[in-house]
Amino acid sequence: MRFGYLGGGPVQLEVGIARKAFTNAAGERLDVLADFNFALGAGEVGAFVGPSGCGKSTMLKILAGLDHDYQGRVTRPAEARIAMVFQEPRLLPWRSVEENVRLAAPQADEAKLSALFAVLELNAHRSHFPGELSLGLARRVALARAFAVEPDFLILDEPLASLDDALAARLRDQIATLVDSRSVMTLLVTHNVDDAIRLGDRVFLLSPRPARILADLPIRTPRSARGEAEIAAIKADIARRTNGDRIERDAS
Amino acid sequence: MLRLLSFTVFLATWWIAALLAGAERLPPPPAVLAAIVTEANSGALFFNLGVTLARVALAFTLAMTLGGAIGYLMGRVRLANRFGDPWLILLLNLPALVVIVLAYIWAGLTEVAAIAAIAINKLPTAVVTVREGTRALDATLDEMATVFAIPRWRAFRHVILPQLAPYIAAAARSGLSLVWKIVLVAELLGRSNGVGFEIGVAFQLFDIALLLAYSLSFVAVVLAIEILLVQPFEIRLSRWRPRAA
Repeated sequence: MRFGYLGGGPVQLEVGIARKAFTNAAGERLDVLADFNFALGAGEVGAFVGPSGCGKSTMLKILAGLDHDYQGRVTRPAEARIAMVFQEPRLLPWRSVEENVRLAAPQADEAKLSALFAVLELNAHRSHFPGELSLGLARRVALARAFAVEPDFLILDEPLASLDDALAARLRDQIATLVDSRSVMTLLVTHNVDDAIRLGDRVFLLSPRPARILADLPIRTPRSARGEAEIAAIKADIARRTNGDRIERDAS
Repeated sequence: MLRLLSFTVFLATWWIAALLAGAERLPPPPAVLAAIVTEANSGALFFNLGVTLARVALAFTLAMTLGGAIGYLMGRVRLANRFGDPWLILLLNLPALVVIVLAYIWAGLTEVAAIAAIAINKLPTAVVTVREGTRALDATLDEMATVFAIPRWRAFRHVILPQLAPYIAAAARSGLSLVWKIVLVAELLGRSNGVGFEIGVAFQLFDIALLLAYSLSFVAVVLAIEILLVQPFEIRLSRWRPRAA
Protein backbone atom coordinates (compact mmCIF):
# COMPACT_ATOMS: atom_id res chain seq x y z
CA MET A 1 0.00 0.00 0.00
CA ARG A 2 1.43 3.35 -0.97
CA PHE A 3 0.32 6.67 0.42
CA GLY A 4 0.01 10.07 -1.06
CA TYR A 5 0.73 9.01 -4.59
CA LEU A 6 -1.93 11.25 -5.99
CA GLY A 7 -0.57 14.74 -6.25
CA GLY A 8 0.67 14.23 -2.69
CA GLY A 9 4.29 13.64 -3.66
CA PRO A 10 6.47 16.55 -4.67
CA VAL A 11 6.40 17.29 -8.39
CA GLN A 12 9.23 15.32 -10.01
CA LEU A 13 8.57 15.76 -13.68
CA GLU A 14 7.34 18.91 -15.29
CA VAL A 15 6.71 18.90 -19.00
CA GLY A 16 5.89 21.96 -21.06
CA ILE A 17 6.50 21.26 -24.73
CA ALA A 18 5.28 24.22 -26.74
CA ARG A 19 5.96 22.63 -30.10
CA LYS A 20 7.74 19.70 -31.65
CA ALA A 21 7.83 19.42 -35.42
CA PHE A 22 9.41 17.10 -37.94
CA THR A 23 10.35 17.82 -41.51
CA ASN A 24 9.32 14.87 -43.64
CA ALA A 25 11.03 13.60 -46.77
CA ALA A 26 8.88 15.87 -48.96
CA GLY A 27 10.13 18.90 -47.05
CA GLU A 28 6.86 19.66 -45.26
CA ARG A 29 6.90 20.52 -41.58
CA LEU A 30 4.58 18.41 -39.46
CA ASP A 31 3.63 19.36 -35.92
CA VAL A 32 3.81 16.29 -33.73
CA LEU A 33 3.28 17.83 -30.31
CA ALA A 34 1.64 21.18 -29.52
CA ASP A 35 1.07 22.79 -26.10
CA PHE A 36 1.83 19.56 -24.37
CA ASN A 37 1.85 20.24 -20.62
CA PHE A 38 1.63 17.95 -17.61
CA ALA A 39 3.38 17.14 -14.34
CA LEU A 40 3.95 13.91 -12.46
CA GLY A 41 4.62 13.55 -8.74
CA ALA A 42 7.03 11.17 -7.05
CA GLY A 43 5.84 7.58 -7.25
CA GLU A 44 3.00 8.37 -9.61
CA VAL A 45 2.17 6.16 -12.58
CA GLY A 46 0.93 8.23 -15.51
CA ALA A 47 -0.67 6.25 -18.30
CA PHE A 48 -0.99 7.90 -21.71
CA VAL A 49 -3.59 6.60 -24.13
CA GLY A 50 -3.84 7.83 -27.67
CA PRO A 51 -4.44 6.73 -31.23
CA SER A 52 -1.44 5.21 -32.97
CA GLY A 53 0.77 7.73 -34.74
CA CYS A 54 -0.31 10.59 -32.48
CA GLY A 55 3.21 11.33 -31.29
CA LYS A 56 3.49 9.22 -28.15
CA SER A 57 6.87 7.77 -28.99
CA THR A 58 8.19 11.22 -29.91
CA MET A 59 7.10 12.49 -26.51
CA LEU A 60 8.86 9.59 -24.78
CA LYS A 61 12.06 10.25 -26.69
CA ILE A 62 12.03 13.85 -25.48
CA LEU A 63 11.32 12.84 -21.89
CA ALA A 64 14.05 10.18 -21.97
CA GLY A 65 16.53 12.84 -23.04
CA LEU A 66 17.13 11.31 -26.46
CA ASP A 67 15.69 14.20 -28.45
CA HIS A 68 16.63 17.79 -27.58
CA ASP A 69 15.21 19.42 -30.67
CA TYR A 70 11.92 20.89 -29.43
CA GLN A 71 10.50 24.17 -28.16
CA GLY A 72 9.68 24.23 -24.48
CA ARG A 73 10.98 22.86 -21.21
CA VAL A 74 11.21 19.47 -19.55
CA THR A 75 12.32 19.39 -15.93
CA ARG A 76 13.38 16.08 -14.50
CA PRO A 77 14.75 15.43 -11.01
CA ALA A 78 18.46 16.11 -11.01
CA GLU A 79 20.54 12.99 -11.69
CA ALA A 80 17.48 10.78 -11.93
CA ARG A 81 18.27 7.24 -12.93
CA ILE A 82 16.15 6.53 -15.98
CA ALA A 83 15.11 3.13 -17.26
CA MET A 84 13.08 2.49 -20.35
CA VAL A 85 11.26 -0.42 -21.92
CA PHE A 86 11.15 0.28 -25.63
CA GLN A 87 8.45 -0.85 -28.01
CA GLU A 88 10.85 -3.45 -29.43
CA PRO A 89 12.88 -5.12 -26.67
CA ARG A 90 16.23 -3.68 -27.87
CA LEU A 91 18.35 -6.36 -26.30
CA LEU A 92 21.94 -7.00 -27.36
CA PRO A 93 21.69 -10.19 -29.42
CA TRP A 94 25.35 -11.06 -28.71
CA ARG A 95 24.98 -11.04 -24.93
CA SER A 96 23.07 -13.53 -22.80
CA VAL A 97 19.89 -12.56 -20.96
CA GLU A 98 21.77 -12.11 -17.70
CA GLU A 99 24.59 -10.12 -19.32
CA ASN A 100 22.03 -7.85 -20.96
CA VAL A 101 20.52 -7.06 -17.57
CA ARG A 102 23.85 -6.70 -15.80
CA LEU A 103 25.24 -4.37 -18.45
CA ALA A 104 22.51 -1.81 -17.71
CA ALA A 105 22.56 -2.47 -13.97
CA PRO A 106 26.10 -3.25 -12.85
CA GLN A 107 25.22 -2.42 -9.24
CA ALA A 108 22.46 -5.05 -8.95
CA ASP A 109 23.44 -7.88 -6.60
CA GLU A 110 22.65 -11.56 -7.08
CA ALA A 111 19.78 -11.63 -4.55
CA LYS A 112 17.95 -8.76 -6.24
CA LEU A 113 18.44 -10.21 -9.69
CA SER A 114 17.18 -13.63 -8.57
CA ALA A 115 14.08 -12.08 -7.09
CA LEU A 116 13.47 -10.09 -10.24
CA PHE A 117 14.01 -13.06 -12.55
CA ALA A 118 11.68 -15.09 -10.33
CA VAL A 119 8.84 -12.55 -10.62
CA LEU A 120 9.24 -12.41 -14.39
CA GLU A 121 9.73 -16.21 -14.67
CA LEU A 122 13.06 -15.81 -16.42
CA ASN A 123 15.27 -18.01 -14.26
CA ALA A 124 15.38 -20.81 -16.83
CA HIS A 125 16.52 -18.40 -19.54
CA ARG A 126 19.40 -16.58 -17.86
CA SER A 127 22.10 -17.94 -20.13
CA HIS A 128 20.08 -17.88 -23.35
CA PHE A 129 20.78 -15.41 -26.11
CA PRO A 130 17.93 -13.05 -27.13
CA GLY A 131 17.73 -14.69 -30.57
CA GLU A 132 16.55 -17.85 -28.85
CA LEU A 133 13.65 -16.15 -27.04
CA SER A 134 10.05 -15.55 -28.07
CA LEU A 135 8.83 -11.94 -28.21
CA GLY A 136 7.00 -12.36 -24.89
CA LEU A 137 10.18 -13.58 -23.20
CA ALA A 138 12.30 -10.84 -24.79
CA ARG A 139 9.80 -8.26 -23.50
CA ARG A 140 10.18 -9.68 -20.02
CA VAL A 141 13.97 -9.46 -20.28
CA ALA A 142 13.62 -5.80 -21.28
CA LEU A 143 11.42 -5.31 -18.21
CA ALA A 144 13.93 -7.08 -16.00
CA ARG A 145 16.65 -4.82 -17.33
CA ALA A 146 14.57 -1.71 -16.58
CA PHE A 147 13.68 -2.76 -13.04
CA ALA A 148 17.20 -4.01 -12.21
CA VAL A 149 18.41 -0.44 -12.63
CA GLU A 150 16.13 0.58 -9.71
CA PRO A 151 15.18 3.70 -11.61
CA ASP A 152 13.83 6.97 -10.26
CA PHE A 153 11.96 7.43 -13.50
CA LEU A 154 10.63 4.47 -15.48
CA ILE A 155 9.38 4.79 -19.05
CA LEU A 156 7.30 2.04 -20.62
CA ASP A 157 6.58 2.37 -24.34
CA GLU A 158 3.80 -0.06 -25.33
CA PRO A 159 5.30 -2.87 -23.25
CA LEU A 160 2.40 -5.21 -24.05
CA ALA A 161 1.94 -4.56 -27.77
CA SER A 162 1.67 -7.55 -30.12
CA LEU A 163 1.38 -10.14 -27.36
CA ASP A 164 -1.63 -12.43 -27.18
CA ASP A 165 -4.28 -11.50 -24.58
CA ALA A 166 -3.42 -14.12 -21.97
CA LEU A 167 0.28 -13.34 -22.08
CA ALA A 168 -0.36 -9.60 -22.05
CA ALA A 169 -2.59 -9.95 -18.98
CA ARG A 170 0.08 -11.95 -17.14
CA LEU A 171 2.83 -9.54 -18.04
CA ARG A 172 0.60 -6.63 -17.00
CA ASP A 173 0.16 -8.20 -13.57
CA GLN A 174 3.91 -8.66 -13.31
CA ILE A 175 4.46 -5.00 -14.18
CA ALA A 176 1.89 -4.01 -11.52
CA THR A 177 3.70 -6.15 -8.94
CA LEU A 178 7.04 -4.57 -9.79
CA VAL A 179 5.72 -1.00 -9.86
CA ASP A 180 4.10 -1.50 -6.46
CA SER A 181 7.16 -3.14 -4.93
CA ARG A 182 9.10 0.07 -5.14
CA SER A 183 7.59 3.51 -5.46
CA VAL A 184 8.88 4.82 -8.75
CA MET A 185 7.62 7.58 -10.99
CA THR A 186 6.44 5.79 -14.10
CA LEU A 187 5.26 6.88 -17.49
CA LEU A 188 3.36 4.31 -19.50
CA VAL A 189 2.32 4.77 -23.09
CA THR A 190 -0.24 2.46 -24.61
CA HIS A 191 -3.03 2.35 -27.16
CA ASN A 192 -4.95 -0.07 -24.93
CA VAL A 193 -7.38 1.69 -22.55
CA ASP A 194 -7.70 -1.42 -20.40
CA ASP A 195 -3.95 -1.58 -19.72
CA ALA A 196 -3.89 2.14 -18.91
CA ILE A 197 -6.72 1.85 -16.36
CA ARG A 198 -5.27 -1.24 -14.70
CA LEU A 199 -1.76 0.18 -14.38
CA GLY A 200 -2.08 3.96 -14.09
CA ASP A 201 -2.65 6.27 -11.14
CA ARG A 202 -3.65 8.87 -13.67
CA VAL A 203 -4.85 8.31 -17.20
CA PHE A 204 -4.06 10.95 -19.79
CA LEU A 205 -6.08 10.91 -22.98
CA LEU A 206 -4.30 12.19 -26.07
CA SER A 207 -5.70 13.70 -29.23
CA PRO A 208 -4.62 12.66 -32.74
CA ARG A 209 -1.56 14.44 -34.12
CA PRO A 210 -0.48 17.05 -33.14
CA ALA A 211 -0.94 15.43 -29.75
CA ARG A 212 -2.54 17.44 -26.97
CA ILE A 213 -3.77 16.19 -23.61
CA LEU A 214 -7.57 15.94 -23.80
CA ALA A 215 -8.15 14.80 -20.26
CA ASP A 216 -6.26 13.91 -17.08
CA LEU A 217 -8.27 11.34 -15.10
CA PRO A 218 -7.04 10.38 -11.65
CA ILE A 219 -7.88 6.89 -10.40
CA ARG A 220 -8.06 6.94 -6.62
CA THR A 221 -8.43 3.24 -5.90
CA PRO A 222 -5.08 1.46 -5.43
CA ARG A 223 -4.12 -0.79 -8.32
CA SER A 224 -4.62 -4.07 -6.46
CA ALA A 225 -8.09 -3.08 -5.24
CA ARG A 226 -9.58 -2.08 -8.59
CA GLY A 227 -12.62 -4.22 -9.34
CA GLU A 228 -13.91 -5.12 -12.76
CA ALA A 229 -17.00 -2.92 -12.25
CA GLU A 230 -14.88 0.13 -11.51
CA ILE A 231 -12.60 -0.54 -14.48
CA ALA A 232 -15.65 -0.88 -16.74
CA ALA A 233 -17.06 2.41 -15.41
CA ILE A 234 -13.79 4.28 -16.09
CA LYS A 235 -13.61 2.69 -19.50
CA ALA A 236 -17.13 3.90 -20.31
CA ASP A 237 -16.19 7.38 -19.09
CA ILE A 238 -13.12 7.40 -21.35
CA ALA A 239 -15.10 6.14 -24.33
CA ARG A 240 -17.65 8.91 -23.78
CA ARG A 241 -14.94 11.56 -23.58
CA THR A 242 -13.04 10.45 -26.66
CA ASN A 243 -16.23 10.09 -28.70
CA GLY A 244 -17.42 13.46 -27.45
CA ASP A 245 -14.18 14.96 -28.61
CA ARG A 246 -14.54 13.38 -31.99
CA ILE A 247 -18.12 14.74 -32.34
CA GLU A 248 -16.93 18.17 -31.28
CA ARG A 249 -14.16 18.07 -33.86
CA ASP A 250 -16.48 16.81 -36.55
CA ALA A 251 -18.93 19.61 -35.79
CA SER A 252 -16.31 22.32 -36.03
CA MET B 1 39.20 -36.55 -45.20
CA LEU B 2 38.16 -34.45 -48.17
CA ARG B 3 41.04 -32.08 -47.46
CA LEU B 4 43.50 -34.99 -47.54
CA LEU B 5 42.09 -36.11 -50.90
CA SER B 6 42.36 -32.56 -52.23
CA PHE B 7 45.99 -32.39 -51.11
CA THR B 8 46.77 -35.76 -52.73
CA VAL B 9 45.27 -34.63 -56.03
CA PHE B 10 47.45 -31.51 -55.86
CA LEU B 11 50.62 -33.58 -55.28
CA ALA B 12 49.75 -36.02 -58.06
CA THR B 13 49.08 -33.22 -60.56
CA TRP B 14 52.37 -31.59 -59.66
CA TRP B 15 54.30 -34.85 -60.02
CA ILE B 16 52.78 -35.69 -63.44
CA ALA B 17 53.39 -32.12 -64.64
CA ALA B 18 57.01 -32.39 -63.46
CA LEU B 19 57.48 -35.61 -65.43
CA LEU B 20 56.03 -34.02 -68.56
CA ALA B 21 57.87 -30.68 -68.29
CA GLY B 22 61.21 -32.01 -67.12
CA ALA B 23 62.97 -31.52 -63.77
CA GLU B 24 64.80 -28.34 -64.85
CA ARG B 25 61.54 -26.49 -65.41
CA LEU B 26 59.44 -28.02 -62.64
CA PRO B 27 61.26 -30.13 -60.05
CA PRO B 28 59.17 -33.06 -58.71
CA PRO B 29 58.01 -33.02 -55.05
CA PRO B 30 60.97 -35.01 -53.62
CA ALA B 31 63.49 -32.50 -55.05
CA VAL B 32 61.62 -29.59 -53.49
CA LEU B 33 61.32 -31.48 -50.21
CA ALA B 34 65.08 -32.02 -50.26
CA ALA B 35 65.63 -28.28 -50.77
CA ILE B 36 63.28 -27.55 -47.86
CA VAL B 37 65.19 -29.99 -45.63
CA THR B 38 68.57 -28.46 -46.58
CA GLU B 39 67.33 -24.94 -45.85
CA ALA B 40 65.71 -26.10 -42.61
CA ASN B 41 68.93 -27.81 -41.46
CA SER B 42 71.00 -24.69 -42.05
CA GLY B 43 68.41 -22.67 -40.11
CA ALA B 44 67.96 -20.24 -43.00
CA LEU B 45 64.38 -21.36 -43.68
CA PHE B 46 63.15 -20.64 -40.17
CA PHE B 47 65.11 -17.41 -39.92
CA ASN B 48 63.68 -16.05 -43.17
CA LEU B 49 60.15 -17.22 -42.41
CA GLY B 50 60.42 -15.65 -38.97
CA VAL B 51 61.63 -12.33 -40.35
CA THR B 52 58.80 -12.23 -42.90
CA LEU B 53 56.22 -13.20 -40.29
CA ALA B 54 57.43 -10.45 -37.96
CA ARG B 55 57.03 -7.89 -40.76
CA VAL B 56 53.58 -9.18 -41.55
CA ALA B 57 52.54 -9.06 -37.90
CA LEU B 58 53.80 -5.50 -37.41
CA ALA B 59 52.40 -4.08 -40.64
CA PHE B 60 49.09 -5.90 -40.17
CA THR B 61 48.62 -4.69 -36.59
CA LEU B 62 49.57 -1.15 -37.53
CA ALA B 63 47.21 -1.04 -40.50
CA MET B 64 44.29 -2.65 -38.64
CA THR B 65 44.56 -0.37 -35.61
CA LEU B 66 45.00 2.81 -37.57
CA GLY B 67 42.57 1.80 -40.31
CA GLY B 68 39.94 0.74 -37.77
CA ALA B 69 40.20 4.02 -35.87
CA ILE B 70 40.06 6.14 -39.03
CA GLY B 71 37.21 4.07 -40.45
CA TYR B 72 35.19 4.43 -37.24
CA LEU B 73 35.76 8.17 -37.21
CA MET B 74 34.80 8.54 -40.86
CA GLY B 75 31.67 6.46 -40.30
CA ARG B 76 30.60 8.55 -37.32
CA VAL B 77 31.63 12.09 -38.24
CA ARG B 78 30.38 13.43 -41.54
CA LEU B 79 33.09 16.11 -41.66
CA ALA B 80 35.87 13.56 -41.18
CA ASN B 81 34.38 11.51 -43.99
CA ARG B 82 34.23 14.43 -46.40
CA PHE B 83 37.82 15.36 -45.54
CA GLY B 84 39.21 11.84 -45.68
CA ASP B 85 37.36 10.50 -48.70
CA PRO B 86 39.68 11.88 -51.46
CA TRP B 87 42.71 10.53 -49.57
CA LEU B 88 41.02 7.19 -49.28
CA ILE B 89 40.28 6.98 -53.01
CA LEU B 90 43.86 7.96 -53.80
CA LEU B 91 45.32 5.31 -51.49
CA LEU B 92 42.89 2.63 -52.64
CA ASN B 93 43.96 3.04 -56.25
CA LEU B 94 47.67 3.66 -55.73
CA PRO B 95 49.63 0.61 -57.00
CA ALA B 96 51.47 -1.23 -54.22
CA LEU B 97 54.72 -0.98 -56.16
CA VAL B 98 54.56 2.83 -56.20
CA VAL B 99 54.11 2.98 -52.43
CA ILE B 100 56.97 0.56 -51.82
CA VAL B 101 59.40 2.29 -54.16
CA LEU B 102 58.58 5.75 -52.81
CA ALA B 103 58.93 4.54 -49.22
CA TYR B 104 62.39 3.14 -49.98
CA ILE B 105 63.41 6.34 -51.75
CA TRP B 106 62.21 8.65 -48.98
CA ALA B 107 63.01 6.57 -45.88
CA GLY B 108 65.98 4.59 -47.24
CA LEU B 109 66.25 0.81 -47.53
CA THR B 110 65.22 0.38 -43.91
CA GLU B 111 62.94 -1.87 -41.89
CA VAL B 112 60.71 1.11 -41.05
CA ALA B 113 60.24 1.91 -44.73
CA ALA B 114 59.33 -1.71 -45.54
CA ILE B 115 56.77 -2.05 -42.74
CA ALA B 116 55.28 1.38 -43.38
CA ALA B 117 54.91 0.63 -47.09
CA ILE B 118 53.12 -2.66 -46.40
CA ALA B 119 50.85 -1.02 -43.80
CA ILE B 120 49.94 1.86 -46.14
CA ASN B 121 48.94 -0.63 -48.81
CA LYS B 122 46.57 -2.40 -46.46
CA LEU B 123 45.26 0.67 -44.62
CA PRO B 124 42.59 1.92 -47.07
CA THR B 125 40.73 -1.40 -47.34
CA ALA B 126 40.54 -1.57 -43.54
CA VAL B 127 39.23 2.00 -43.43
CA VAL B 128 36.56 1.33 -46.06
CA THR B 129 35.32 -1.87 -44.44
CA VAL B 130 35.16 -0.49 -40.90
CA ARG B 131 33.50 2.69 -42.19
CA GLU B 132 30.75 0.59 -43.77
CA GLY B 133 30.32 -1.24 -40.49
CA THR B 134 30.09 2.01 -38.55
CA ARG B 135 27.45 3.34 -40.92
CA ALA B 136 25.42 0.19 -40.37
CA LEU B 137 25.44 0.55 -36.56
CA ASP B 138 22.00 0.16 -34.98
CA ALA B 139 20.87 3.59 -33.73
CA THR B 140 18.17 2.03 -31.52
CA LEU B 141 20.85 0.26 -29.49
CA ASP B 142 22.74 3.54 -29.14
CA GLU B 143 19.55 5.06 -27.73
CA MET B 144 19.24 2.18 -25.30
CA ALA B 145 22.81 2.74 -24.09
CA THR B 146 22.14 6.47 -23.71
CA VAL B 147 18.92 6.04 -21.72
CA PHE B 148 20.51 3.54 -19.36
CA ALA B 149 23.55 5.82 -19.02
CA ILE B 150 25.96 3.01 -19.82
CA PRO B 151 29.46 4.53 -19.58
CA ARG B 152 31.07 5.30 -22.92
CA TRP B 153 33.79 2.66 -22.81
CA ARG B 154 31.43 -0.11 -21.66
CA ALA B 155 28.96 0.84 -24.39
CA PHE B 156 31.75 0.74 -26.96
CA ARG B 157 32.84 -2.68 -25.81
CA HIS B 158 29.45 -4.33 -25.43
CA VAL B 159 27.21 -2.44 -27.86
CA ILE B 160 29.42 -1.06 -30.67
CA LEU B 161 32.30 -3.52 -30.97
CA PRO B 162 30.13 -6.65 -31.38
CA GLN B 163 28.32 -4.93 -34.24
CA LEU B 164 31.63 -4.03 -35.89
CA ALA B 165 33.13 -7.48 -35.31
CA PRO B 166 32.02 -9.04 -38.63
CA TYR B 167 33.39 -6.02 -40.50
CA ILE B 168 36.66 -6.12 -38.58
CA ALA B 169 36.91 -9.85 -39.29
CA ALA B 170 36.30 -9.21 -43.00
CA ALA B 171 38.92 -6.45 -43.02
CA ALA B 172 41.38 -8.74 -41.24
CA ARG B 173 40.71 -11.61 -43.61
CA SER B 174 41.11 -9.60 -46.83
CA GLY B 175 43.88 -7.52 -45.30
CA LEU B 176 45.91 -10.55 -44.30
CA SER B 177 45.86 -11.97 -47.82
CA LEU B 178 46.87 -8.57 -49.18
CA VAL B 179 49.75 -8.29 -46.71
CA TRP B 180 51.01 -11.79 -47.56
CA LYS B 181 51.25 -10.76 -51.20
CA ILE B 182 52.85 -7.36 -50.67
CA VAL B 183 55.40 -8.31 -48.03
CA LEU B 184 57.34 -10.45 -50.50
CA VAL B 185 57.52 -7.62 -53.06
CA ALA B 186 58.75 -5.21 -50.39
CA GLU B 187 61.40 -7.73 -49.32
CA LEU B 188 62.46 -8.43 -52.88
CA LEU B 189 62.98 -4.73 -53.57
CA GLY B 190 64.66 -3.50 -50.46
CA ARG B 191 65.54 -6.03 -47.75
CA SER B 192 68.39 -8.50 -47.44
CA ASN B 193 66.48 -11.23 -45.67
CA GLY B 194 63.00 -12.77 -45.54
CA VAL B 195 61.14 -15.10 -47.88
CA GLY B 196 60.84 -12.43 -50.60
CA PHE B 197 64.60 -11.85 -50.64
CA GLU B 198 65.33 -15.60 -50.84
CA ILE B 199 62.88 -16.00 -53.70
CA GLY B 200 64.65 -13.15 -55.49
CA VAL B 201 67.99 -14.94 -55.02
CA ALA B 202 66.51 -18.22 -56.26
CA PHE B 203 65.13 -16.38 -59.29
CA GLN B 204 68.53 -14.94 -60.17
CA LEU B 205 70.18 -18.37 -59.83
CA PHE B 206 67.28 -20.02 -61.66
CA ASP B 207 67.09 -22.44 -58.71
CA ILE B 208 63.46 -23.49 -59.11
CA ALA B 209 63.61 -26.08 -56.33
CA LEU B 210 64.75 -23.42 -53.86
CA LEU B 211 62.12 -21.01 -55.16
CA LEU B 212 59.37 -23.59 -54.65
CA ALA B 213 60.82 -24.61 -51.30
CA TYR B 214 60.40 -21.09 -49.94
CA SER B 215 57.06 -20.46 -51.65
CA LEU B 216 55.49 -23.67 -50.36
CA SER B 217 56.83 -23.21 -46.82
CA PHE B 218 55.36 -19.74 -46.86
CA VAL B 219 51.99 -21.05 -48.09
CA ALA B 220 52.07 -23.69 -45.33
CA VAL B 221 52.57 -20.97 -42.71
CA VAL B 222 49.70 -18.90 -44.15
CA LEU B 223 47.40 -21.95 -44.14
CA ALA B 224 48.36 -22.79 -40.56
CA ILE B 225 47.57 -19.25 -39.40
CA GLU B 226 44.27 -19.31 -41.28
CA ILE B 227 43.17 -22.62 -39.75
CA LEU B 228 44.58 -22.17 -36.24
CA LEU B 229 43.94 -18.45 -35.66
CA VAL B 230 41.54 -16.79 -38.10
CA GLN B 231 38.85 -19.47 -38.37
CA PRO B 232 38.50 -20.20 -34.61
CA PHE B 233 38.29 -16.44 -34.03
CA GLU B 234 35.47 -16.10 -36.54
CA ILE B 235 33.57 -19.00 -34.99
CA ARG B 236 33.91 -17.44 -31.54
CA LEU B 237 32.60 -14.11 -32.79
CA SER B 238 29.45 -15.63 -34.24
CA ARG B 239 28.64 -18.02 -31.39
CA TRP B 240 25.52 -16.01 -30.44
CA ARG B 241 23.94 -16.48 -33.85
CA PRO B 242 21.42 -19.31 -34.01
CA ARG B 243 23.22 -22.10 -35.83
CA ALA B 244 22.01 -23.26 -39.21
CA ALA B 245 20.81 -26.84 -39.09
